[in-house]
Amino acid sequence: MTRYQEGQLTLVEMKTGQTGTVVEVLGGHGLIRRLDALGIRPGRKVTKLSSTIFRGPVMLRVNSTQVAVGFGMARKIVVEADKYPPRTS
Amino acid sequence: MMRILLVGNPNVGKSALFSRLTGTHIIASNYPGTTVGFTKGYLKLGEERAELIDVPGSYTLEPGSKAEEVAVEMLKEGDVVINVVDATNLERNLNLTLQLLERQTPVIVALNMWDDTQHRGISIDVARLEELLGVPVVSTAGITGQGIKELVERLPEARVSKNARIYAASDERWLKVGDIVGQVQSLSHRHHHWYERLADASSHRVGGIFIALLVLFATFWFVRFIGEGIINYVAEPLFEGLWTPVLVKLSAVLGTSGFWHDVLIGKLIGGEINYFQSFGLLSTGLYIPLAAVLPYIIAFYLVLGILEDVGYLPRLAVLMDTIMHRLGLHGYAIVPTILGFGCNVPGIMATRILESRKQRFIAATLISIGVPCAALQAMIIGLVGQQGVGYVALVYGSLFISWIIIGLILNRAVKGFNPELLVEIPPYRLPPWRVIGEKLWLRVSGFIKEALPMVLGTVLVVNILYILGVFNAIANVTAPVLTGLWGLPKETITALAVGFLRKDVAMGMLAPLALTAKQLVISSTVLAMFFPCVATFVILARELGVRDLLKAVGIMIAAALIMGSLQNLVL
Repeated sequence: MTRYQEGQLTLVEMKTGQTGTVVEVLGGHGLIRRLDALGIRPGRKVTKLSSTIFRGPVMLRVNSTQVAVGFGMARKIVVEADKYPPRTS
Repeated sequence: MMRILLVGNPNVGKSALFSRLTGTHIIASNYPGTTVGFTKGYLKLGEERAELIDVPGSYTLEPGSKAEEVAVEMLKEGDVVINVVDATNLERNLNLTLQLLERQTPVIVALNMWDDTQHRGISIDVARLEELLGVPVVSTAGITGQGIKELVERLPEARVSKNARIYAASDERWLKVGDIVGQVQSLSHRHHHWYERLADASSHRVGGIFIALLVLFATFWFVRFIGEGIINYVAEPLFEGLWTPVLVKLSAVLGTSGFWHDVLIGKLIGGEINYFQSFGLLSTGLYIPLAAVLPYIIAFYLVLGILEDVGYLPRLAVLMDTIMHRLGLHGYAIVPTILGFGCNVPGIMATRILESRKQRFIAATLISIGVPCAALQAMIIGLVGQQGVGYVALVYGSLFISWIIIGLILNRAVKGFNPELLVEIPPYRLPPWRVIGEKLWLRVSGFIKEALPMVLGTVLVVNILYILGVFNAIANVTAPVLTGLWGLPKETITALAVGFLRKDVAMGMLAPLALTAKQLVISSTVLAMFFPCVATFVILARELGVRDLLKAVGIMIAAALIMGSLQNLVL
């Protein structure tokens, strides 16, 4: 897998509750388009809500929606995590 | 006639709005992908009648799944588009709106789920949105009916937007969307509902699995409890108390035997009418659909309707994702599978929400093999259950094992790819009982209308074939397989053959054969797997094409031969 810059990680590596900005989708045109339609694209803030055991899907919050992203797909989405830990409300 | 299309993202309430606008009820649920086909209705616009089409939901006009392809195809044939927009998720929805405006079709926007915006702390400047989009915008709530009248009144104002422009790249369009949302929407702090906390728990790593098991167990228990309850306290007493005396009199009038007696009332068992074994049109023909099956249909669809509308199914899909990947599917395939437990036909149609041909083939084949419909299940519980609950569990266990093993094999054998799960998880909603009740009625009346004539026809055909002696001829030919491999008496073939028409009637035909518990387990398992019923057969041909249908049927026959033989050896 491609190595990305300092501070960048995939959705799989992100911690639950962490927020970050999508940097890149490491995939073909089809994948980029499917994600784009749901609003997951470079520049967009996403929050990881949970992960599922046994390499199951990652749950994200994008805008006001929850989206479940399959493990293999989540591994191809590179994010730059926010520096500060997420606020707990 | 003017043709109006309801277009929007998945799960924004198009179907609920459709029911409101046309007065014809169709199935609406709280998960993306409820509508996969083509639903047409009519509404009155002043003096004129207009056609309204509920188009399957799509995030974009560049299709990714079969359901989305259907949506884009339909778009070419509409005169006016009602773009249904989820007001609680303006940004993502407006992306499709801008794509629609680019197409130079007259558009009116229904800003739906308006009732949800308040408690979620969202306020939208509707007038400003209308100005920016250049088409009319009406706030609506499909569930309560709010704004529907205004939507109809303003339909003639639908127009091609003057502000529309064509965006070369998706990025530019998203920028424009962001700009619009920034101008019309403001958010304020909101309180969490208790069911939003439940939402967090049910997608928790460990808690989610625990909740899923609980839901599964509760579903089985509840369906059984309601189904048995209706049979014991309503259906049985009604048949025994009111209908039996009528049939007894009729039987006497017809002279207790002879052609007409056999066709209408059937054979008397020990001098009495036996609703399971007599097999006349007016005895077994009415008892099976109305007293044995209908109670379970009501129970199953009540529970399914609640699960659907609460919004639990997509969460289950997430939990099942890893397992389903082993079967060449992804988690969302659990939705068609669950629908298949009611009736295989809508289940197989719902496989359209899956993205690839490989997934659709595997999902449809697995449903027809390992997922018995509610009618068949009711009869299995009724007949095999008499021998003990353990034997019912054996049937379900065998079907489940076949489902898993065939899935594992198909995943390797079928060419093609298996895309990853990518699905929006809707918020939990507390559906009004009225909505649940309407949907239940829709499904139950649909069952009565379709199944009752079919069951009566099947019973008639069975009687005629008996009289003609056709069954005996077939039984002698197939005897080696039945007795040799499955250890069943050769007469069982009649039931398996009738299974092509109605599997519940076929189960009923096993009743008079005096089978042992083991033979009952084998014959009901084989009946479930061996061959699809005619309705399922037709839908498989339509969804998969004839070549893949033949492959699927080949797999079913092979699987039933192997499973039945194994049961015969092991049990």
